[in-house]
Amino acid sequence: MPPILQTENLTHIYSVGTPFERTAIRAVDFCAQKGEFLGLIGHTGSGKSTLIQHLNGLLRPTSGTVLFDGRDIHESKQETRNVRFQVGLVFQYPEYQLFEETVYRDIAFGPRNMGLDETEIDARVREAAALVGFKEKHLDRSPFALSGGQKRRAAIAGVMAMRPSVLILDEPTAGLDPRGRDEIIHNIRTFRKETDATVIMVTHSMEEIARAVDRVVVMNDGEIAMSGTRNEVFARGEELHGMGLDVPEITRIVMRLRSLGLDLPPDLFTIDQAAKAILSLKGGRD
Amino acid sequence: MLKDITLGQYFPGDTVIHRLDPRTKIVMVGVFLVALFSSGGLIPMLIPALFLAMVIALSKVRVRLLIRNLKPLIIILSFTGFINLFMTPGEPLVSVWIFTVTLEGIERAVVLVTRIVMMIMGTFILTYTTTPMTLTDGIESLMSPLKWLRVPVHELTIIMSMALRFIPALIEETDKIMSAQKARGADFETGNLLKRAKALIPLLIPLFISAIRRAEELAIAMESRCYHGGEGRTRMRQLQFAARDFLTGLVGVLLLVAVFGIRGLLQ
Repeated sequence: MPPILQTENLTHIYSVGTPFERTAIRAVDFCAQKGEFLGLIGHTGSGKSTLIQHLNGLLRPTSGTVLFDGRDIHESKQETRNVRFQVGLVFQYPEYQLFEETVYRDIAFGPRNMGLDETEIDARVREAAALVGFKEKHLDRSPFALSGGQKRRAAIAGVMAMRPSVLILDEPTAGLDPRGRDEIIHNIRTFRKETDATVIMVTHSMEEIARAVDRVVVMNDGEIAMSGTRNEVFARGEELHGMGLDVPEITRIVMRLRSLGLDLPPDLFTIDQAAKAILSLKGGRD
Repeated sequence: MLKDITLGQYFPGDTVIHRLDPRTKIVMVGVFLVALFSSGGLIPMLIPALFLAMVIALSKVRVRLLIRNLKPLIIILSFTGFINLFMTPGEPLVSVWIFTVTLEGIERAVVLVTRIVMMIMGTFILTYTTTPMTLTDGIESLMSPLKWLRVPVHELTIIMSMALRFIPALIEETDKIMSAQKARGADFETGNLLKRAKALIPLLIPLFISAIRRAEELAIAMESRCYHGGEGRTRMRQLQFAARDFLTGLVGVLLLVAVFGIRGLLQ
């Protein structure tokens, strides 16, 4: 099966012809398979945000192509517009884009732009609101009266309501407390389960990668440095470190325990896994 | 699209023009404008034109950038040119229907249009080669005599420098919100005037909210660092005239003398 999203030799240069000229991404060949949960990591300025803005046609490549379902997304204006709805993009701090009087109307903004009829819009708003755990009473509130985490979820629901077949999120959990983070990750997983969508998540948190993601793509200096399962990527801890990234804290602890002679498997990335493995060393007692 | 707005933007460089004292540059812009508007005809205008060409060459600012700034003024420029071309009385050259082109008309149109173009280029050179901070430092220093009249010069200039400082930040913010709304299918580019104005609501509301939030945060940050206005405040960077500033001043005097001299000779 061909990948649902693919870039070929994608290069983007900002401010061409001014003293601020800067190559953000260079010859990137990226692909996302249908239905996979992809993690995109890389330090600040590695080109992640630039890459994802190409995937729904917000940025035009300086050179190279972006293919959605095998078709060039810049083939025609109509095609680009369609892709906007097919590839939902949630920006960093999306709560700053809320503008409507009620949460309901804000979530309805995307579906309304798609030109759907009122019953369909209503169905989608309610569906998206349920996906992020909003109740009926939340929908009539002003989005500005919500808490930080709720605002974020309202904004994410606004993109989910378009029922995109690919959902891209740029650091969806940045700046939230642990519970807020858990809720968002949970919402994204629910969305994926219900819609079979492809999810691409940009994150700085190795713990989130370890918990949620099928495959990891690592960007460094505008290029794709690694791509593989989390086991494959985390096994290259040294290299990650060189790019200003790291493996999950628990993996570091496991590594240390292994070097102290404990017989633990090297591919433990979540606290649950590690707890089980360590307990089984002691005969499996809780 | 928004990235093309370069109003008040600084282009880094290390040329003589960049290094000039901001006060010198501001005064020279004034001198240049006086020279430009005092040179009545095409021939006297060659002098400020020569001066401008020299400054552009020295500052290494790309001419293409300067020309790009003229784009929004195309309508005004063509209007000015058009009116003067056809409405100036004098020796008729060609006459079509109610339009009559005169020799004087051609000259006046060319003079006025080049004058506006040069005025804009000259002032843009100032903002291109001077950081907003230095620029407001210069303005504050030039306006400091007004302190005797109890004008709050420092407060005015700090407001100005903050406004300047926030332009790029707000442009960036606008870009971001625009992209975010476009990702939800917002369309800012098609439709009639009413539809386009309506399309701006999803952009303007978040933008205003964020501007107010920023202002509030900035006020708190300033207060927590005990900012209390200009009284007794010292500066990290002291403005100091160097030899090149005096030399520039001399060039300015020469410029004025040349323009008024030629004008006198031609009359």
